[in-house]
Amino acid sequence: MTISKPLGRQTEKLTTGTQAVAQAVKLADVDVMAAYPIRPYDGVMQAVAKLIADGELDAEYIVAESEHSQFEICKHASAVGSRVFVGSSGVGWMYAMESNAVTPSLRLPVVAMIGNRALDDPGAFGVEHNDAMAVRDLGWLLFWVEDAQECFDATLMAYRVGEDKRVFLPVGLGVDGAFITHSQTLIKIPDQETVNEFLPPYDLGERLLHPDNPISIAPQANEDWVMEIRKQTDDAAKRVKGVIREAHDDFRRLFGRGGDNPFFEEYMTEDAEYVLFGMGSLGLPAKVMVRRLRDRGEKVGFVRLKWFRPFPDEELAEVLGRFRAVGVVDRDYAYGSPQHGGVLFTDLRAALYDAERRPRVVNFIGGLGGRELTPEMMDEMAYITKRAAAGETVPTVSWIGVRE
Amino acid sequence: MTTEAPGRALKLEPIKSIKKAPKEEYFESGHRTCQGCLSSLPMRLMAKAAGPRTIVLGTTGCMYVANTTYMSTPWVVPWMHTQLGAAGSSAIGTAAGLKSLMRKGKMKDEPINVIAFCGDGGGADMGLSAISAALTDIEYNLLIFLYDNESYANTDIQTSGQTPWGAVTTFSPPGKKHRIMQRRWKKNVPGMLAAGHPDTRYIASGTPAVPVDMMDKVRAALSAGGPTYMHVLDPCPKGWHYDPEHSTELGKLAIETGIYPLYEIKDGVLNFTGKTKQLALGRRRKPVREYLEKQGRFAHFKNQDYAYFQKKVDEMWEQWIIPCVVAFSYGGPINITTEEPKVRNNNVKRENASWIGEPGHAHEEHEGVSDMPNEPWRDDNELDEYPNALPSMGQ
Repeated sequence: MTISKPLGRQTEKLTTGTQAVAQAVKLADVDVMAAYPIRPYDGVMQAVAKLIADGELDAEYIVAESEHSQFEICKHASAVGSRVFVGSSGVGWMYAMESNAVTPSLRLPVVAMIGNRALDDPGAFGVEHNDAMAVRDLGWLLFWVEDAQECFDATLMAYRVGEDKRVFLPVGLGVDGAFITHSQTLIKIPDQETVNEFLPPYDLGERLLHPDNPISIAPQANEDWVMEIRKQTDDAAKRVKGVIREAHDDFRRLFGRGGDNPFFEEYMTEDAEYVLFGMGSLGLPAKVMVRRLRDRGEKVGFVRLKWFRPFPDEELAEVLGRFRAVGVVDRDYAYGSPQHGGVLFTDLRAALYDAERRPRVVNFIGGLGGRELTPEMMDEMAYITKRAAAGETVPTVSWIGVRE
Repeated sequence: MTTEAPGRALKLEPIKSIKKAPKEEYFESGHRTCQGCLSSLPMRLMAKAAGPRTIVLGTTGCMYVANTTYMSTPWVVPWMHTQLGAAGSSAIGTAAGLKSLMRKGKMKDEPINVIAFCGDGGGADMGLSAISAALTDIEYNLLIFLYDNESYANTDIQTSGQTPWGAVTTFSPPGKKHRIMQRRWKKNVPGMLAAGHPDTRYIASGTPAVPVDMMDKVRAALSAGGPTYMHVLDPCPKGWHYDPEHSTELGKLAIETGIYPLYEIKDGVLNFTGKTKQLALGRRRKPVREYLEKQGRFAHFKNQDYAYFQKKVDEMWEQWIIPCVVAFSYGGPINITTEEPKVRNNNVKRENASWIGEPGHAHEEHEGVSDMPNEPWRDDNELDEYPNALPSMGQ
């Protein structure tokens, strides 16, 4: 089911989020993929399987017997120099966690799509961000997309940034389950030539595991050397922001989209007094809310974070310092954390601590287990944030839309 | 016959005698295993048999922690650590990576051996499902090499699925109330894998106590094409509680008592090898007590324990439909003869395929590299216009 219309050097196609990722995987000429079923990410593996069956993509497609094997297969395929694609959701991603934990230490740029899903029990296949966030401290770069177009764009960005030799880190694409994985929108797909210009071949250089380069990877290091190795990964993580900026500039030049800021999107913030702040499919209801409240004269805006790791702390401090209050919307939970707030809230408050101008930061936890975040809920959050901006006493953390 | 080259198996000739083994070592000094360790020896023999065009993946275990230390690794060939349960998946990933790059012209096209080793904990327990999956993926050439020292030896000797009945480990100490804490009979891993994976072209058992047999099986496995499996019994002085000088002797006794059989299954045809072949022909098995009483881990055994152990081993030889390999017999009437086994694969020479045939191997004599197509379906183009068979598939 495609509607194609040439648009300059780009083709338009009606795709779901997962199909959009598959189109990018094809243009990235991925070499090895490993699949294992779990909703809602697995549509992407169905889509690439069909691309291979139809001869549109030449790649090894392995159906693994568990997520653990799925991620191990791709990790090792990456070590011998092949570009890999893998993915999972929810508890499937957690089943692969041992592999996920070591992949950044091995400095292998595995690209994974995480179709965000609640960590059941209790059973739920709707979106929550806790699955992907479980690797936030381990060296994974994490990008949260807003729609199918960004699914496509961020997949190409993931290979470009992760495979940069100054980086060599895995990249996870957070794709909100159902709202993005299964919703169709028109996307623009560039031609192969332009993609090749943006994305150089994957080259591990002297770290390639091959009989011509007989190295030992990840031997037993213990306290003798582990700290130095961790520091190297830390240094790489610090270099990522610069690499993202370069890649973002190239992306905009070649594909003509991507916005001004590589790390987050500002929506109607110019004269805003308070803003909401969040990630993923939240962007749509948030923007509807902003437009409706603007019509009523409210000075409200919205900031959508794209790169969660690396966390753009300085960049955010500079921008958010302009506002009186920020309402952070977390589609996750962090039981027992400071103020019992969400993960994004806690990270943002840490990022703002040294800022010259610190807005009030309040937190909303909502949309868990796939529950819809409606524009009306966004209105409620905006109202609380507005009261915070006016210096009124409001709860620091509010759960939104919970039945009494 | 032509086929895509990527994924070809290297063809390695049998070594036949220890004097004819290659002098080159690909597993050198630098490891830190115990004196008398018969788990590091098969690493050396395996690397020697495989040669330089090899990638080795090693799961967590003794042969990682004690064997591959940063700055003093003994591996001359490229080596990479993999997770405890990931021998099967690491081998698949490595082989698939190489194959895709060679097919797409991104890497020089040549046969490269892929060997993933694991211990009994990593392979027979945690990693069993990944090994099983690997053995069904016949498009990839790889060898899963399980070194079985019958416990989690690296973490202080804990019971694994391969620990013999009754053995003392730190998880199965004898006590005032319970003399026997380890009451599970050892899993029959190579037999289980052979029975359940009919497309796997080579599965064998070996031990470094019989080194030429073991090296030749490594070579046969790497030459077979597709995924292969080897199970290797490694006496462990620390875990079995004996003086290190007896390692080889214990490995041989395990065979002579019939506790551990030597065999290979090539293209669906079983051959016992070494002394196990003589036992299969009717030579008397040594009493298991000769093997057990040399090891401290059985020092708490009473006569009834020896008797139980002997009874279980006797069952393996007298009641299993294929002694020591297939752990059941017929329950009802069935017309079957084992006098002349069927040869399933025409490539196997019939005279070598006999149940109790010639020592050594049933694999073909080859020069250089095989061009046998592994994947005939790769050539089919007739489905180009095939419509989406499942219209509802669009999520």
